[in-house]
Amino acid sequence: MTIEGVMEQVQSREMSLDGLDLDQETLHEMLYTMRVIRDFEDAAAEWYARGQIAGFLHLYTGEEAVAVGAISALRPDDKLMSHYRDHGHAIAKGSDPQLLMAELFGKKTGIVQGRGGSMHFYDTEAGMLGGYAIIGQHLPLAVGYAFASQYRGEDWIMVCILGDGATNIGYFHEALNFAGLWDTPVLFLVENNLYGMGTAVDRASAITEIHRKADAYGMPNKRIDGMNVIEMHREVRDAVAQVRAGEGPQLLEALTFRYRGHSMADPELYRDKEETEGWRQRDAIENFEQVLLSQDMLTQDEADDIRRQAQQTVDEAVEFARDSEYPPEEDIYADIYDEDTGDELVVWT
Amino acid sequence: MAEMTYREALRQALIEAMEEDEDIFVMGEDVNKYGGSYGVTKDLADLFGDRRVRDTPIAEAGIIGVATGAAMAGLRPVAELMTINFALVAADSIINSAAKVRSMFAGQSSAPMVIRTVGGAGAQLAATHSQNFEAMFSHIPGLYVMMPAVPYDCKGLLRSAILVNDPVLFIEHAKLYNLRGEVPEEPYTIPIGRADVKRQGKDVTLLAYSAMVHVALDVAEKLADRGVDAEVVDLRSIRPLDTETIVRSVKKTNRAVVVEESWRSFGVGAEVATRVQEEAFEWLDAPVHRVSSEEVPFAYSKVLEQAALPSADKVMEQLREMRIL
Repeated sequence: MTIEGVMEQVQSREMSLDGLDLDQETLHEMLYTMRVIRDFEDAAAEWYARGQIAGFLHLYTGEEAVAVGAISALRPDDKLMSHYRDHGHAIAKGSDPQLLMAELFGKKTGIVQGRGGSMHFYDTEAGMLGGYAIIGQHLPLAVGYAFASQYRGEDWIMVCILGDGATNIGYFHEALNFAGLWDTPVLFLVENNLYGMGTAVDRASAITEIHRKADAYGMPNKRIDGMNVIEMHREVRDAVAQVRAGEGPQLLEALTFRYRGHSMADPELYRDKEETEGWRQRDAIENFEQVLLSQDMLTQDEADDIRRQAQQTVDEAVEFARDSEYPPEEDIYADIYDEDTGDELVVWT
Repeated sequence: MAEMTYREALRQALIEAMEEDEDIFVMGEDVNKYGGSYGVTKDLADLFGDRRVRDTPIAEAGIIGVATGAAMAGLRPVAELMTINFALVAADSIINSAAKVRSMFAGQSSAPMVIRTVGGAGAQLAATHSQNFEAMFSHIPGLYVMMPAVPYDCKGLLRSAILVNDPVLFIEHAKLYNLRGEVPEEPYTIPIGRADVKRQGKDVTLLAYSAMVHVALDVAEKLADRGVDAEVVDLRSIRPLDTETIVRSVKKTNRAVVVEESWRSFGVGAEVATRVQEEAFEWLDAPVHRVSSEEVPFAYSKVLEQAALPSADKVMEQLREMRIL
C-alpha cells in the first residue's frame, strides 16, 4: 500500500499545539524519548549484527510517535501490556534503557534477568506489565488485569497494545467481548503498521479498517494518525478519560509504519523500498522537531542538545549492558514456582 | 466429622476460602445462574453476589486468559472449565500465560489461580468429551495438577490449591460427584504432592488416582478374599508426583501395578514406573505393569466405551499374568 493510499483514510490534523495540555518541558521530554527509542533500536541492530544480541529482535523504528504520544497521556499508575515489539513501549513507560539493553544482551542486570529477552520486557515499577510473543495472548490478560482495578474500586486503567495481525486471531474477539461484557477499564491500542510479519493487512484481514472490528462489540473506536505524536496524545488522552470515568473499553487504531523488517531475519522481499522511503519522508520525529522549532517551543540549540542527550543515554545503556555479568547457571531453577511455599501446602519428593 | 458428597466438599472449600479472602472470586461457564455444570457452585451467587460469582461466555481461551490477568493483578480467581476437553481450547492461556509469567518475568509476576475442571469417561459422551489430559498438563513446569478421588481430599486439596501462589489445574471426576465420605467441618489443607495410602497391604501395590482409586480398592477387596493383601496408593497429585510414598510402598510389597484411566503411552503410569525402577529397582520382584484405557478415541455406545476403559476385571487379569493370583 502506498502512503498516500493509507494516509488519505486518516483525518489527520496538522500537528497543532493549540489548546494542548502539555508544557514546553513535557514536549521536550517527548522529543527526547522518541529519539532515545530510535537510537536504542539502532544500537540494538548494531549489537545484534556484532553477535552480542541474539534471538528474535523486532525493532520499533518508525513507530515512535505511537508509544510516546499514547503513553504521555497516561498516569504513572496506569498499566500497559504490549506485544513482542515492546522496546519503545517500555522506554516510553519509564523503564531504564540500561536495564532494557542489558536484557537484550542476556545479562543478569537485565530487566527480567536475562529470562525473557527482547520480546518479554516486564517492569512492575514502571507499570510495563509485559511484552507477549504469542499473538493475541495478552489481550485477555489485559482485560483480566484491568478487571482488578474495577473489582477493587480503583481508577487506574490498562492500555493493551497490539498489532494489526492480532485482530485476526480468536483471542482478539474473546477479549473484546469480555471487556465489553464486564466493562473493564481497558483501552485497546492497535498499531497498524500495515504488515503482519511479511503479509500486508489486505492479504490477511477481511476488512482493512481494523478499528471497525470493535463495532461488533459495541465499543467506541477510531482510526488515528500514528505518525503524529500530538494527535496520538490528544486521542489517547480523550479515550483514557472516558475509560477511566467508567464508560467502558475503547479501541484506537493508529496507522504507522516500521522502517525495518519484521525482525532482524527479514530481508523485506514483500515490499518496495519506495514504500518505506515514502514513510520516512514524513518521519514522526523530524516532523515533531520541525513543528516545535517553527512554533518557538524549541530552539535549535535545545534540539541539538536533546539529540546528544538521547545518544548519550543509549551509549551508556550499551556500556552498562556490555559491562554486566551473565546470570549464573543455577538461575535456571529460579522462579518456576513460589519459592516461599511452605510444606503444609506443597511437597516435592 | 460430617458425611458429605464429593460435590459438597468442593463447594464447602470454595465457600470457606471466599469468606476469608475478598480477593477470591469464581468465574466460568454457568457458574452463577445455573449453579455450575456439575452443581459445585450452586447458590454461591446467593452467598457472594454477582460481583464474585461471574458467568462467562463460552470462550475458554478468554476465560483462562482473563483469570490469569486478574491473578497477575493480585486477585485469586477460581476459574471453572466445564470439562478438561475444553482445556485444549485454553491450552495456550494455561501453558504460555499462566505457567510462564513468574519465570519469564523473573519473579516480578505470578498467577495464583485455580482452574477447576472435570475429566474422565464413562458417561457416554463420545470421543471429544471423555478424555483425560493430566499427563499432558503435568508435563509443564510452572503448573500444579491435582486429581482427588474422595470428598476428604477434595476439600483439603482445593483449599491448598487456592492458597498456593501458582496456577493449579484441579481435575475433578464426572462420575464421583455423588460419592459420599467423611469430611471435617473446619477448614484444613492437604499438601499438594502428597499421595495417600488408601489401604495398607504387603503383597502388591496398586497405584491409582481419581476414579481409578475406587477400582483399585474394589480389586483389593477381591484380592483379600483370596488371601492377597494389596496396598492402594492414591496419587492425588500428579504434578508434583509423590515419589517418596510410591517408592516406600513398592519397597514394602515388591510389586506394583498402575491403574489409570488415561491412555497408556506417555502417560502417568509410564512416569510412575520409571521412577520406581530408578529408585527401587532391586526391590522389584516383577516389572511394574500398567492397566490403562485402550488407545482409542472413546465411542458413544456403552458397550464400546466400557470395553475401552480399565476395570476391576482387567486389573485382576493383569495380576493373574503377574502370578500374584
